[in-house]
Amino acid sequence: MKTLLVAEYRDGRLLGSTYDLVAFASQLGGESAMFLVGSDSDLPQYDGTLYLADSAKYGEFNPSVHKQLLLDVIDKEQPDMVVFNHSSYGWDLAPRVALAMGAAQISEVVDIVDGALVTPVCNAKLRREIKAKTAKCVVTLQAGAFTLSGEPSGTVAVEKIECDAKSLVVFNGYEESEAGGVDLSKAEIIVSAGRGIGKPENLEIIRSLAKALKGEYGASRPVVDSEWAEHNRQVGTTGQTVSPKLYVACGISGAIQHIAGMKKSEFIVAVNTDRDAPIGEVADVLVVADLKQFVPALTERLAG
Amino acid sequence: MKILVCMKQVPDMESKFRINDQGSWYDESDLAWRMNEYDEYSVEQAILLKEQVGEGDLTVLSIGPKRIQETMKKALAMGCDRGVHVNDVKVHEKDPFEIASIIAEFAKDKNFDMIFTGMQSQDRGSGQVGVLVAEMLNLPCITTIVDFAFDNGTVNAKRELEGGVKAKVSAQAPVLVTCQLGLNSPRYPTLPNIMKAKKKELAVVEVGDLLTVESRLETPKISLPEKKSGGLILEGEVGDLVEQLVTLLKERTTVFA
Ligand SMILES: Cc1cc2nc3c(=O)[nH]c(=O)nc-3n(C[C@H](O)[C@H](O)[C@H](O)COP(=O)(O)OP(=O)(O)OC[C@H]3O[C@@H](n4cnc5c(N)ncnc54)[C@H](O)[C@@H]3O)c2cc1C
Ligand SMILES: Nc1ncnc2c1ncn2[C@@H]1O[C@H](COP(=O)(O)O)[C@@H](O)[C@H]1O
Repeated sequence: MKTLLVAEYRDGRLLGSTYDLVAFASQLGGESAMFLVGSDSDLPQYDGTLYLADSAKYGEFNPSVHKQLLLDVIDKEQPDMVVFNHSSYGWDLAPRVALAMGAAQISEVVDIVDGALVTPVCNAKLRREIKAKTAKCVVTLQAGAFTLSGEPSGTVAVEKIECDAKSLVVFNGYEESEAGGVDLSKAEIIVSAGRGIGKPENLEIIRSLAKALKGEYGASRPVVDSEWAEHNRQVGTTGQTVSPKLYVACGISGAIQHIAGMKKSEFIVAVNTDRDAPIGEVADVLVVADLKQFVPALTERLAG
Repeated sequence: MKILVCMKQVPDMESKFRINDQGSWYDESDLAWRMNEYDEYSVEQAILLKEQVGEGDLTVLSIGPKRIQETMKKALAMGCDRGVHVNDVKVHEKDPFEIASIIAEFAKDKNFDMIFTGMQSQDRGSGQVGVLVAEMLNLPCITTIVDFAFDNGTVNAKRELEGGVKAKVSAQAPVLVTCQLGLNSPRYPTLPNIMKAKKKELAVVEVGDLLTVESRLETPKISLPEKKSGGLILEGEVGDLVEQLVTLLKERTTVFA
């Protein structure tokens, strides 16, 4: 199996998720090469060829141009598999490249079983094993599913690449999230509210428990999207990453993007009416109960 | 202005899933069905755009068996003008490439000024269909948008990146955008609008009339994940549960220290 790994750059820096690609490739075995739109100032530690296009010239986000740069390399290298991270960069670029190659794409791979690739279905309540029918294929890897066992090492053999494709979109720069507010990453105890709270008034139940435990309250994304809580309370890939001594997830199903932000907590309690909720996979204790009854009862017990 | 929004019906994620007899998909009996959450945002954004420009025609397209018409009616009640139901009882066997080809085949000669899709479907979550449709139609595509503005043919959108950072991107219509959670506040259909929606056109097209390609993925094998051991499950009376949890917290954490 020959793989081509598509590394990522953001704001002039190589993203650490690049090494997930390397871990995946070494699990598959065989040759690999790497592709990056970046610069000499921050190169990956990797033993192999790095096809490098200049991000100052081609932009860090420019799908039609990055696609063409990548297709030229694919033409030359003839990989069996082109591997991306399932990230805002990867899920945007991968289908474009797959279509141009006439190749199948398998998204959000979490495992390899007997040559088939495993992907989650229905919020990870199910999983499926898929194979491509096409000779070549494109895959995207779920964040954190494949990681290097040791520190990255190696030296790349850089080969500079160019192209003159036309861009269809204009990238006007980044916008940082508003700073300020609570820093949940420092909290020792976090009680988080999910969509299971049902209505904004019920956030008070969660805040009261957080207070009784002398901790902070957090929230899942739908609670923030509905403006029931501030964005600086959001835990997950597009919110904060936390690792408290105790994390209590109330009415949170346990989507991968939420789990990614809290799985390093020392002790995880989940309160959920659904015994099969995927949060059970990471919880030390899953309390199967209606949070509207259980959480106030717990708060009262702690206060009394 | 001609607008297309692609919408998928998915099972409620809180359902108890079972595997079908072939082991290829989940058993579809006894499930509650709803609009793919991401598509609620795309339907809403399409309606907001039509309201902004003050004129136009907004089509909602969905591929699936007859049951999806219920969810299509919700989209019509929210404010879409017409529905196109691509009838396909085997939609779950189609791969993202086939789904995208069906949509592109439908859209290719209709000159839509804007196309909206969700960034992913909640059940299969490939995140491919929108991008593939755009590429097939040779349109600019902006994925994972959390902010959308349309001004005189220019789309200014913000893409959501990891860690709360956004990328500001613009393109000239026709553009396809894929919508992320939180883009707007999807409206609830009002009773008068639900009544009005009953009179709106809901055309049925057979999938065979639009499908011209073959699947690129083998039929998958589907299974329930192995339960990770270690986690304790507490069930019973609320009072008992509270006592059990407090005991556990005392034994296994230092939060009361
Ligand atoms: C690119 C991307 C980035 C994302 N980033 C994030 C992120 O940073 N953070 C994040 O949280 N999500 C994120 N998401 C969204 C994520 O995929 C899920 O949609 C979200 O986490 C679901 O939130 P939830 O668990 O609160 O809601 P749901 O999934 O709707 O779950 C609600 C849960 O509440 C339970 N419940 C219902 N009623 C009760 C009750 N009375 N008592 C107890 N339990 C009850 C239900 O059984 C269910 O398990 C992202 C998604 C994408 C695509
Ligand atoms: N069966 C379908 N009918 C209509 N639109 C669909 C269908 N499947 C996927 N889509 C659209 O494509 C988006 C991405 O889906 P997916 O690539 O399956 O994750 C969805 O949010 C929908 O907008």
